[in-house]
Amino acid sequence: MDGSSMNVVITKRDLEKIEGCLSKIVSSSFAHSVLLIDRSGQLIAQQGNTPDLDVMSLSALTAANFGATAEIARLLGEEEFTLLFHKGRSENVYFSAVGENTIMVTLFDDKTSLGVIRLKMNQIIGELGAIVSCIFEKEKKS
Amino acid sequence: MPFINFSKDEIQCKIVYYGPGFCGKTTNLQYIFSVTEEQTRGKMVSIDTKGDRTLFFDLLSMNLGKIRGMDIRVQLYTVPGQVHYDATRKLVLKGVDGVVFVADSLKVQRKKNIESLINLAKNLAEKGISIRAIPLVIQYNKRDLDGSDSEILPLEILEKDLNSMLKVPSFSASATKGQGIFETLREISKLVVKDVSRKIMFMDKQQARG
Repeated sequence: MDGSSMNVVITKRDLEKIEGCLSKIVSSSFAHSVLLIDRSGQLIAQQGNTPDLDVMSLSALTAANFGATAEIARLLGEEEFTLLFHKGRSENVYFSAVGENTIMVTLFDDKTSLGVIRLKMNQIIGELGAIVSCIFEKEKKS
Repeated sequence: MPFINFSKDEIQCKIVYYGPGFCGKTTNLQYIFSVTEEQTRGKMVSIDTKGDRTLFFDLLSMNLGKIRGMDIRVQLYTVPGQVHYDATRKLVLKGVDGVVFVADSLKVQRKKNIESLINLAKNLAEKGISIRAIPLVIQYNKRDLDGSDSEILPLEILEKDLNSMLKVPSFSASATKGQGIFETLREISKLVVKDVSRKIMFMDKQQARG
């Protein structure tokens, strides 16, 4: 199939399931905000509380960042770095691959820790990964 | 690969400005950004070097109105034009829905234009996309240099070099003066929206059958 004719369709039901997973991470890990984006830089879903955040730019930059580090990984003989962490003075961001097509971005401050974020995320990532791969698989078949 | 979000009634598409180094891709986006109202566009994000050369990409997000009750949001990207940034260009092309090829009208850039177009075809092909199938518009930039000390190529030569096989819509432009910028954007947007509408109709038919 020609890659250009592929669509990604997110139904209301899909989105509710994804938002349910993201919401669980936000409430259990005390993160500010959790976003799910696709690897071309499009935002799929967001939960949490960061009203002033430019999510469009964040999504595009995250995809670029992930893509660039994947190239670094390949230079080092790795297939990919599946997680990235950037630490700021008070704000931190954690990126984690969810399957082949999407990336989860978690924004958090010093009210929680990287360990808690990773633990809560690992508990949900399987469920989220299954929902996402269903969406992308559906499009491959159509 | 448009993102169709039925929950938000929104379609997100990606348009990439491609072309050789210093042909004016970033200037296209800067002009669009400078003259569009804030309500219809987002912030402009640029990852560049101190020498004003695009290192990774520029990004500008815009609202194009509605089709079939759904909001159309496009993200305009540029790629770094220099030859050695090919890996970055491939990354930016991921999920592309339409391409504007910006050609440099300067005579000295003739070979670079052709090389860049071949590079575009190759990078699209690697993603399983044919350059003949994807919505594509060619822009001949720097036409304002006609009559100046810098020698520019006649449009016929540029058309022959770059568009004799593809036969896609093409526009003369001067990105610094804003000429031809919106004509180019309107045409590529029209082609992308038409392509997305066709895909939605195809999906509707499939759903009706299923």
